[in-house]
Amino acid sequence: MTATTTAKMADGANRVSLSWFNGWTIGTVLVAMIAVLPIAAVVYISMTPSDDIWQHLVDTVLGLYISTTLYLMIGVGLGTLVIGVSTAWLVSMCRFPGKRIFEWALLLPMAMPAYVIAYLYTDILEYAGPVQAMLRDIFGWTTKREYWFPEIRSLGGAISMLTLVLYPYVYLLSRAAFMEQSVCVLEASRVLGRGPVRSFFSVALPLARPSIIIGISLVLMETLNDFGTVDFFAVSTFTLGIYDVWLNMNNVAGAAQLALVLLAFVSVLVLSERFARRKKKFHHTTTTYRALPGYLLQGRAKTLAILACALPVLFGFVLPAGVLASYSVIHFDVAMNTDFLDHAFNSLMLSSLAAGLAVAIGIFMAYGVRLRNERLLKVMVRLASLGYAIPGAVLAVGVLVTLGTIDNGIDGFMRQTFNISTGLLLSGTIAAVTFGYLVRFLALSFGSIEASLGKITPSMDGAARSLGHGAFSTLQKVHLPMIRGAILTASMMVFVDCMKELPLTVILRPFNFHTLATFVHQYASDEQLGEASLAALSIVGFGILPVIILSLAISRSRPGHEQGDEA
Amino acid sequence: MKNSYVSRLAIFCAILIATAMSSGTASAAGEVNLYSERQPFLMAPLLDAFSKETGIKVNMVYIKKGMLERLKAEGMNSPADMVLTADIGNLNNLVTAGLMQPTRSDKLSANIPANLRHPDGLWYGLTTRARIIYAHKDRVKPGEVTRYEDLAAPHMKGRVCTRSGKHVYNVSLLASIIDAKGEAKATEWAKGVKANLARKPQGNDRAQVKAVFQGECDVAIGNTYYMGKMQTNEKKPEQKQWAAAVNLIFPNQSDRGAHVNVSGAAVTKSAKNKDNAIRLVEFLTSDAAQKIYAEGNFEYPVKKGVALHPLVASWGTFKSDKAMLSNVAAQRKLATRIMDRVRFDN
Repeated sequence: MTATTTAKMADGANRVSLSWFNGWTIGTVLVAMIAVLPIAAVVYISMTPSDDIWQHLVDTVLGLYISTTLYLMIGVGLGTLVIGVSTAWLVSMCRFPGKRIFEWALLLPMAMPAYVIAYLYTDILEYAGPVQAMLRDIFGWTTKREYWFPEIRSLGGAISMLTLVLYPYVYLLSRAAFMEQSVCVLEASRVLGRGPVRSFFSVALPLARPSIIIGISLVLMETLNDFGTVDFFAVSTFTLGIYDVWLNMNNVAGAAQLALVLLAFVSVLVLSERFARRKKKFHHTTTTYRALPGYLLQGRAKTLAILACALPVLFGFVLPAGVLASYSVIHFDVAMNTDFLDHAFNSLMLSSLAAGLAVAIGIFMAYGVRLRNERLLKVMVRLASLGYAIPGAVLAVGVLVTLGTIDNGIDGFMRQTFNISTGLLLSGTIAAVTFGYLVRFLALSFGSIEASLGKITPSMDGAARSLGHGAFSTLQKVHLPMIRGAILTASMMVFVDCMKELPLTVILRPFNFHTLATFVHQYASDEQLGEASLAALSIVGFGILPVIILSLAISRSRPGHEQGDEA
Repeated sequence: MKNSYVSRLAIFCAILIATAMSSGTASAAGEVNLYSERQPFLMAPLLDAFSKETGIKVNMVYIKKGMLERLKAEGMNSPADMVLTADIGNLNNLVTAGLMQPTRSDKLSANIPANLRHPDGLWYGLTTRARIIYAHKDRVKPGEVTRYEDLAAPHMKGRVCTRSGKHVYNVSLLASIIDAKGEAKATEWAKGVKANLARKPQGNDRAQVKAVFQGECDVAIGNTYYMGKMQTNEKKPEQKQWAAAVNLIFPNQSDRGAHVNVSGAAVTKSAKNKDNAIRLVEFLTSDAAQKIYAEGNFEYPVKKGVALHPLVASWGTFKSDKAMLSNVAAQRKLATRIMDRVRFDN
């Protein structure tokens, strides 16, 4: 760790005296409490009486679930770390042909649902697929037993699929971090004679650590949440075990217990990372930002850089999207016969709504914590962002129980007092689905906004406050403009994730309500992806738009870069 | 611009919330509300025909996991009048959880054989499908495989393909074996099949037939209707070849018969449109609807006298396992545990 990270502000310098009854504080606690309700409901469910599953699981498959899950996490974690960070560094700090295109193209796989890419690659790579057929043609093999080919439906296959669609999280966050870095530290590094590689390892990487870690933890939580891919590949992960206990053993309490164990495991991981860097602060020492000229890559380095950026885009996006497009030509009539536009509208509407709200709440909570660095407050907001680490369908049951209890409580009260039945006000409405999305994805928005706010030195707050600005006005005039990049990143991540989201939508939605994802699901669940290929392609298509817009905005948000400066 | 950032965001959210809230649930008269485990694209022709005939509007949520929990959480205020499931196990779970109500209908008693409905009308079977063996035409000699038990016999080593042992269809099959022969024999069977697998369980039933076609294995376990779906697939004509490579073997014809499962319906306890729900179940067992089921999805109608799809008829008649389906469903938990014990999927 270099001296540059030690801009340690005296602890408590940012404490602006506020009473507990301040609106921000109470508001933050309230919002966090509402978001915690479904998680509390999962805890409640786990304690309802049921058959004991543990003895059976310990005797049989628990060890297998754990080891498979660990391998999957390590594989996907390392894969996304290497691809995400290296490409982010290349496009932010180096100059090579195609760099401007890669800046946004590297994000494209993010819009691709993991289970869709898993189906597509199975079609391409299995025994009957074009790749093996071609190999058999070339080498004259006739049966499977004559040669070896990697089995796509395997742990390795699952790691590859998840890595391909999840690395953009790491890319996005580490790129934002590299771009926020003050030029001074990098110039200092250069003056001290360090080339691109050593500057990267000794300065940029350690400085970007909080963002990279957030990216990786998002990736790991998405990995733990994945059901579609591991189910299709029959890879026995812990998550698959949760569904098995729930649905096949009809034991939702047991499933909730397993989900909470998973949650505890994730929490320990996150906490230990926080503990490891507890004393380090990562705000910038200077506010000198200028456009970096970037390292000009030539020769072999240039070729390698282009390859490193092109391959993830090719395999994570171009190839699968091409196959999808060819399917949707064949199945165009089925796709268009249905209420395709309706589904697309629903997807866009819900995803925008959830993204807008998640970002607003994320800002509110992150700033609330910044204003008043109380332990209770911190614990509350941490709890509120745990929804991301609970498998979607289990969280959905938590939401069902929460809203059902509220609705039936109100109904009971109204019947008793006024003899009016209010029925179910929230359950089975779009509001319920939105609430589910928020609980699930709050971690995405809160995490990136909190990380970005953390990089603003508290003396900024002090300066604004001493000039007579209140908490809100300071947020508006000082912080929001500075964290614009993170806000955009957060809204895009939530938007794209909601476009792809399945279990919460399926379980919580109203009658006759489809999104593009649920439409794809009804066919995909029967391995008939062809019929749903147009909808799948549109999930990707609508996901791309914000990705590109965001990417351009991030380029502009780089400190020291004015609009058009890079042209 | 920056000053209005927050307020713009707020307005944006407010508009979206207003849009969202305006489209609530519907449960007026002249409707029936359905939670369905069967896909909308399968049910659409049937439900459209029902609405056309009766003027009753059908609202539906396709929900595979979590239907039971949703009904439970919504309680007596649940808008759902009726459920449709694709497997006896899930029907049984809903009934056991006390979420369904008994109904009586002379029409239903007449249309559905007694072993395919609950004695008190807590659930009704709508169609049946057999879980059978797909065997390669050349590589499997006649008489080599005639019973489920043969799949676990030593001569089938390295020749069997199947989807995950944890899939409801395989769990139900194992449950039927537990019901017929007891836990010890069933465990032995699962162990034997596992030892004979040509590859780790994966994919769906159709993918197993494909694997037989490709030579990865010689026999596969699958539901009957997949044969029809493959034989008639114009969009993916290669599936016709897969189907052409196999013979259908209805197992255990000399003893208990082939394991059958039902897709079924039940009326919820909270039903506000109970009469409409019963009308819908009655409609689904009518000649017209049973014909749509038979022709659209290659299933076996429950109603006597309804013609099979010509392809389905060409597979021949068979003896089905007459075990009470609710008894079979009761063994599912144990079946799942046995699959874990023998590590079927790994």
